[in-house]
Amino acid sequence: MEAIKTIGLMKKYKDLTAVDSLDLVVEQGELFSLLGVNGAGKTTTIKMLSCLTKPSSGDAKLLGNSIVQDTAQVKNIIGVSPQETAVAPNLTVKENLELMCGVHGFSKEKRKVKTTELSEQFDLNQILNKKAGKLSGGWQRRLSIAMALISEPKILFLDEPTLGLDVLARSDLWDTIRSLKGKITIILTTHYMEEAEALSDRIGIMRDGKLLALGTAHELKEKAGTDKFEDAFVAIVKGALR
Amino acid sequence: MRLLTFSGRTAKEILRDPLNLGFGLGFPLILIFLLSAIQANVPVSLFEIESLTPGITVFGLSFMTLFAATLIAKDRESALLQRLYTTPLTALDFIFGYVLPILPIVVAQSVICYVVAILLGLPVTVTIVYAVLFIIPISLFFIALGLLCGSVFGVKQVGGICGALLTNLTAWLSGVWFDLNLVGGAFKKIANALPFVHAVELERAVLKGNYADIFPHIYWVLGYTIVAVIVAVLLFLRQMKRQ
Repeated sequence: MEAIKTIGLMKKYKDLTAVDSLDLVVEQGELFSLLGVNGAGKTTTIKMLSCLTKPSSGDAKLLGNSIVQDTAQVKNIIGVSPQETAVAPNLTVKENLELMCGVHGFSKEKRKVKTTELSEQFDLNQILNKKAGKLSGGWQRRLSIAMALISEPKILFLDEPTLGLDVLARSDLWDTIRSLKGKITIILTTHYMEEAEALSDRIGIMRDGKLLALGTAHELKEKAGTDKFEDAFVAIVKGALR
Repeated sequence: MRLLTFSGRTAKEILRDPLNLGFGLGFPLILIFLLSAIQANVPVSLFEIESLTPGITVFGLSFMTLFAATLIAKDRESALLQRLYTTPLTALDFIFGYVLPILPIVVAQSVICYVVAILLGLPVTVTIVYAVLFIIPISLFFIALGLLCGSVFGVKQVGGICGALLTNLTAWLSGVWFDLNLVGGAFKKIANALPFVHAVELERAVLKGNYADIFPHIYWVLGYTIVAVIVAVLLFLRQMKRQ
C-alpha cells in the first residue's frame, strides 16, 4: 500500500524552482532516501510533505491525506526530525520527550508509557535527567529522532540525520535507523552516498529540484554501469548536466 | 492541554537560564537599592521610594521583551519551532504559549520589587496590589515587542536590539532616572510620543491612589499595546508560513 504519493509536486521561490514536478510513490514500511548535492531540493520536498511549506502546485497524499487539504490529519501521522537538532536545550531529555507527548495530547498514563518505551529503545535512560543542551551532537540527534517517534507516526522524516556527526556517532545512529526499518515508513535525506546505500530500500537522486533516477542502490549502479554507488551517483548527476 | 504543555516548556526555558534570573530580578533590585542610597544622601524627589518603585517595575518589563525575543529566536534557529510546526499545535497555541508563562514572571518581578521597596520604607497600602495588577496589561506591550523581535531577528540581533537598545530606551525615555522637563525640547516630545513614560506615570498614579491621573497615560499604553500585539501576531504568523 502507498504511504506517500506525490503528484506533480512543485515549489517555486520567485525565479527559482526548488522542486520541479515531483512524481513519486513510496510504499508503506519502506526506507526511502532522497539523495542529492546541496540545493537539490531534498529538504524542500520534506518540508512540503510535512506541511511546513505549501506547494506552489501539485499535491501529495500521505496515507490518503492531502498535504494541501488535510494538513491536520497529515500532522497526526507524521514525525519529523529536522536537519538541526531541534531540542529544547534547558529541558532534560525526559522533559523533551514529555513535551512531544504533551503537544500530541497524550494522557498522563500514555505519556509515561511512551517516555519509558522510547528511553529504552534509544538507550536514553543513562542521560534521562541531563539537560538536552549539554548533550553531545550524537546524543542530541538520537534524542531528536526519539522525539519524532514519540507520537507513533506512520511516516518518519529524517532530514540529514547524521550531518556533522563523527564516525562512531554516525554508526550508532545507523543502527538506530536500521532498527526502525519495516516498522514505519521512513523518508531520509542525505548527501552521504554510503549512508543512502547502507540504509535504503530505494533511493531517489535529485538535482535542481528534479528526480533524476530512482531505484535500489544495485539498480542505480547497474543503470550507471559502475561498481561503486558513489560513481553511479556522480555519473547520474553529471549525465543530467550534459 | 497542548497549550499548557507548551507554556510549561516556555516557563522552564526562561526560569532555568541563570542570566534571565540575574537580569530580570537582580538588576531591578540593585537599581532600587542604589537609587535609594543616592536619595538618602542627596535627596531627589524623583528617587523617593513612592516614585522610584513604579518606574523600576516598568523598567524591569524591558527584560521580559528580551526573554521572549531570545527564546523565540533560539527556537527558530535551533529548528525546534520547525519540529513543533509539524505537530497538532495551532498558531494560537504558539502565541499564547509564549506570552502566558511570562505573565506570572512579570507579577513575581513586580511583587519582589515592592517587597524590597516596603523594606526600604514604602508604606504598605492596598494601592500596591493595584499597581501590581496594572503592571499586567502594561507588560503585554513589552511581551508583544519580544514576540515581534523574536519573529524577525536572530539571536545575536535580539541581544543587541532588545538587550541593549530597548533597555536603554526604556530607561532614558521613561522619566525614571531623570525628570524629562530638565531636558525638554525634542527629547521630551519624543519621550511623550512613546509609551514608556506613560507606563511609569500610570503606575505612579495607581500607587498614589490618584486614579484620575491615570488618564491620558492609560490610553497611550493601551494604544501602543494593541498595535504591538497586532503587529507581533502578524509577524509571528508570517515567520510560521515562511518555514
